[in-house]
Amino acid sequence: MTTEPAKRHTEPVKDWTTDYDIFDAGYVKDPFPVWDELREKCPVAHTERWGGSWMPTTYEDLRKIAANIEIFSSRNPLVANVGEPTEEVMADLENQFSVGAPPISSDPPVHTWSRALLLPKFSIKEVARYEEETRELCRSLIDRFIDKGRADAAVDYAQQIPSRVIASMLGIPQERAGEFTEWVRGFLEYGLTNVDLRSGAAMQIFSFLNEQVQERKANPGDDLISYLLQAKAEGAPDPIPEPHVLGTCFLLLVAGIDTTWSSIGSAMWHLAQNPDDCKRLIDEPELITPAVEELLRAYSPVTMAREVTRDAEYNGCPMKENDKILMNFPAANRDPKKFENPDQVILDREVNPHIAFGVGIHRCAGSNLARMEMKVAIEEWLKRIPEFRLEDPEAVTWAGGQVRGPRKCAVVF
Amino acid sequence: MRIKIDTEKCEGHNRCFVVAGELFELDDSGYAHEVGDGKVPAELKEKARLAVTNCPELAISIDEDD
Repeated sequence: MTTEPAKRHTEPVKDWTTDYDIFDAGYVKDPFPVWDELREKCPVAHTERWGGSWMPTTYEDLRKIAANIEIFSSRNPLVANVGEPTEEVMADLENQFSVGAPPISSDPPVHTWSRALLLPKFSIKEVARYEEETRELCRSLIDRFIDKGRADAAVDYAQQIPSRVIASMLGIPQERAGEFTEWVRGFLEYGLTNVDLRSGAAMQIFSFLNEQVQERKANPGDDLISYLLQAKAEGAPDPIPEPHVLGTCFLLLVAGIDTTWSSIGSAMWHLAQNPDDCKRLIDEPELITPAVEELLRAYSPVTMAREVTRDAEYNGCPMKENDKILMNFPAANRDPKKFENPDQVILDREVNPHIAFGVGIHRCAGSNLARMEMKVAIEEWLKRIPEFRLEDPEAVTWAGGQVRGPRKCAVVF
Repeated sequence: MRIKIDTEKCEGHNRCFVVAGELFELDDSGYAHEVGDGKVPAELKEKARLAVTNCPELAISIDEDD
């Protein structure tokens, strides 16, 4: 495998075990049969497409690889290698992006203290502080379309929620949420296969965050950016260097938007087609907690990547230094060896050790926030719109690659 | 019955706390530990088993005879 920029492969996939394409339109829409086939035939698949990668699909392999942080590094968690930007852009980016986006893009020891800084702000208790305003936000979104009898559950609802909640946590004016949602899509969605788009989006996010950081330094407030500028943790430099604060803010903005929006969107897509599940959630409101876990399992949005640090054989696969591994947590969560009837959504599934938030030291730091947003979004929707269905199932569009979720999902009620 | 969390393995998924809040506590960073000495009253045995099976890190063990 090389580190040459990935070329767009246009020829259709003939053999998913040796030539998979995570950007294949059919796969993005319905990846589940491919994962079933791979788990059976070739549990760690390989491709040369998009810069080349390996892709494990069983629960066991995902757990093992996530646990082996010495061989499988998190130094570059993006799933596609689309090459380097031009020298000039690269210089700018390196200037801004000198430490990456810790802790997601780091290994211990930096990972350890940068994560320790963040975790207290994402505990169940801390996240609950934002629940009421999230409810108000959901209600105000529903107000905008409830009289129309139709809405796009992805665009008008799911997409609007996480950006505003994270804006509130970072102390950023909510009016700018639309703007940075587009930058994040530029980085994680459109830009995933286009280096110019991706680096452009990264620069926009950085210069915006840099402004915010400078402002907080002058006028600290009760927000995450101000907290990070003054935070202390064992093993961490004191004060936390500014590039590190910027990198972490970048992560919070990028990781907290597409992902949760996709989870809420997939939940809405599922509920629109399963009126019995809606009814159960209305009749048995306490089901929401296991239901959120089950929807996370069945429609896990996030695939992260690891990089191999030295030549090593894993499960018969000759992995070379710098090879990329796509951490297909979504496929692991549909593994029949681990989950009974994995393709069935069972709202009160009792045994559900899903790894939608990853597993091991990189377990999503924002998992409690994502859960709160999903729970509130579903509850508030069902209170006002207990019955709804897809306007046209064929018209639903999906984004895939790093983060899978519906991008257009019109419903009528 | 007694439960025990391997704190080396716990990554703060918080699943045990949500399934069996009577048996687990979280520290400020979200890492879990057992309440008191981990002794499970008879009426919470089922919840304790669910906490074990829902932990993605396999960090919780049960001693049925203790």
